[in-house]
Amino acid sequence: MSTEATVDFDEALTRYDPALGFEVHIELNTKTKMFSDAPNEFGDLANTNVTPVDLGLPGTLPVVNGKAIEYSIKLGLALNCSIAESCRFARKNYFYPDNPKNFQTSQYDEPIAFEGWLDIELESGRVIHVEIERAHMEEDAGKLTHLGGADGRIQGAQTSLVDYNRAGVPLVEIVTKPILGVGADAPELGRRYVSAIRDIVKALDVSDARMERGNVRCDANVSLMPKGSTTLGTRSETKNVNSLRSIERAVRHEIERHAAILDAGESVVQETRHWHEDTRTTSSGRPKSDADDYRYFPEPDLVPVVTSRERVEEIRATLPELPAARRARLQVDWGFSDEEFRDIVNAGLLEAIEETVAAGATPAAARKWWMGEISRLAKDTEKEATELGILPADVVEIEGLIAGKKINDKIAKKVLTAVAAGEGRPGQIVEAKGLAVVSDDGPLLAAIEDAMAGAPDVVEKIKAGKVAAIGALIGPVMKATRGQADAGRVRELVLQKLGVQG
Amino acid sequence: MSAISRDDVAHLAELAHIAMSDEELERMAGELDSIVDAIASVSEVAGENIPATSHPIPLQNVFRDDVVGQTLTQEEALQNAPDAQDGRFKVPAILDED
Repeated sequence: MSTEATVDFDEALTRYDPALGFEVHIELNTKTKMFSDAPNEFGDLANTNVTPVDLGLPGTLPVVNGKAIEYSIKLGLALNCSIAESCRFARKNYFYPDNPKNFQTSQYDEPIAFEGWLDIELESGRVIHVEIERAHMEEDAGKLTHLGGADGRIQGAQTSLVDYNRAGVPLVEIVTKPILGVGADAPELGRRYVSAIRDIVKALDVSDARMERGNVRCDANVSLMPKGSTTLGTRSETKNVNSLRSIERAVRHEIERHAAILDAGESVVQETRHWHEDTRTTSSGRPKSDADDYRYFPEPDLVPVVTSRERVEEIRATLPELPAARRARLQVDWGFSDEEFRDIVNAGLLEAIEETVAAGATPAAARKWWMGEISRLAKDTEKEATELGILPADVVEIEGLIAGKKINDKIAKKVLTAVAAGEGRPGQIVEAKGLAVVSDDGPLLAAIEDAMAGAPDVVEKIKAGKVAAIGALIGPVMKATRGQADAGRVRELVLQKLGVQG
Repeated sequence: MSAISRDDVAHLAELAHIAMSDEELERMAGELDSIVDAIASVSEVAGENIPATSHPIPLQNVFRDDVVGQTLTQEEALQNAPDAQDGRFKVPAILDED
């Protein structure tokens, strides 16, 4: 694989404006496949979740999964799309071993959902209005394993093995219109757009939305046009970029690569590119020249899908609160400023804080611990704050311990560290480690009496009005209580005992 | 006027993975041409008020409940495979590389 020339990202943007387009494939989490009643399950024994329909055997006929239609409409509505009154399936013809029928059943000129939009908020607070051209239904392909090449790659492989368990799994493909005018925000927009779609399908519960399993897959289209131009440049399509971080990197890389080609006075080849996470570069796939040769035609084995306006409204009424609406509501409920709230969202702690508030903490306390000490612990251990093993209930428990004057903020931090270390829940840890602040006057008074008996001169000084001398008593009291005495309380008790005004 | 050229047929044959001799290409160009002509005469009769038909039976919304049915065993699935390995269909190298 040759390394292609690139131009520094910031420099590229001084001369070119990027245009983006995304195709996001969502695997629906129906129980069965799109056109057969085989189970839609990940990770089962190869070629066991198949029926003759999924293998494209002669004489078989597809039957549409009604649930998949409902899920697709839900998703279309959540993307602010119109829902087609009538739409059809179409055959997309091509040969590839992961596709046993030699055509993919898809939709062509009649997608079930079209003309939607999503507003994507960036870290800076800038909002990009992304227009969605269509969301159409289709079926997934089988899974290929390549043998004989390096690192399981298709390049150099001698042979490939096919598992058709995934063939026929319902997919919705969401296609944006060209996204212009984003400039240097292009890579971040890519990541946040796909992240927004993932959050939506999760909220709708129409997909398991696990990117590492391929439930959400993104093809990123990138092109550049010289600054001032309004004609779109030639695009490349980077396939199957399957983590949020990779999407950001792939968009950045393609901008840098295109700029070098254009700077050299050459033309970008319209083609698919393969993303390589290890080198963070793309390599050429097959040229896109056969794009118009799929010979789409209406699927003769399936009849049209007609959705009445009543049915659309019925489904709309079942939509749960969507992520954007939820965020707006929570910000108002919690009374945080735009900036405070954005920091929480950017830190990925919205859910943790929401759960902590639901478990009984005040929003301010939930924010204080998650954004403060827990985030610090996460940074120190290079983990996500939500992966430390600290639960929302732990934060509530710690707040309770503080409110009950059992521990103070300083000890609370120790307790959180112990929780993260898997030593138990906060109450148990305080108990087991004897971390409770000694506020019970009994043991305190005993320690104070011992300290006074051991320093009669200090006692005399205090009696004479030199209140500052109490400091000399606090040391021995702290020592006797292993640092868990409340210094203020010790002072009060000493003054009380000696009948001196503080 | 000939609507289907020999090159068109050669292109379609390639897309359809069908090996055809020169003679077959010539013959098929002529045959397909008359089929296209026949279809064209139907298009002439059908005015703009007649919508395109993709299915002869006026049916819509034929759906199935989302309930798992009978599947094949791995052995059954692979029964007709020319070659198999590790419970998977085995296929020749996909990329044309030299």
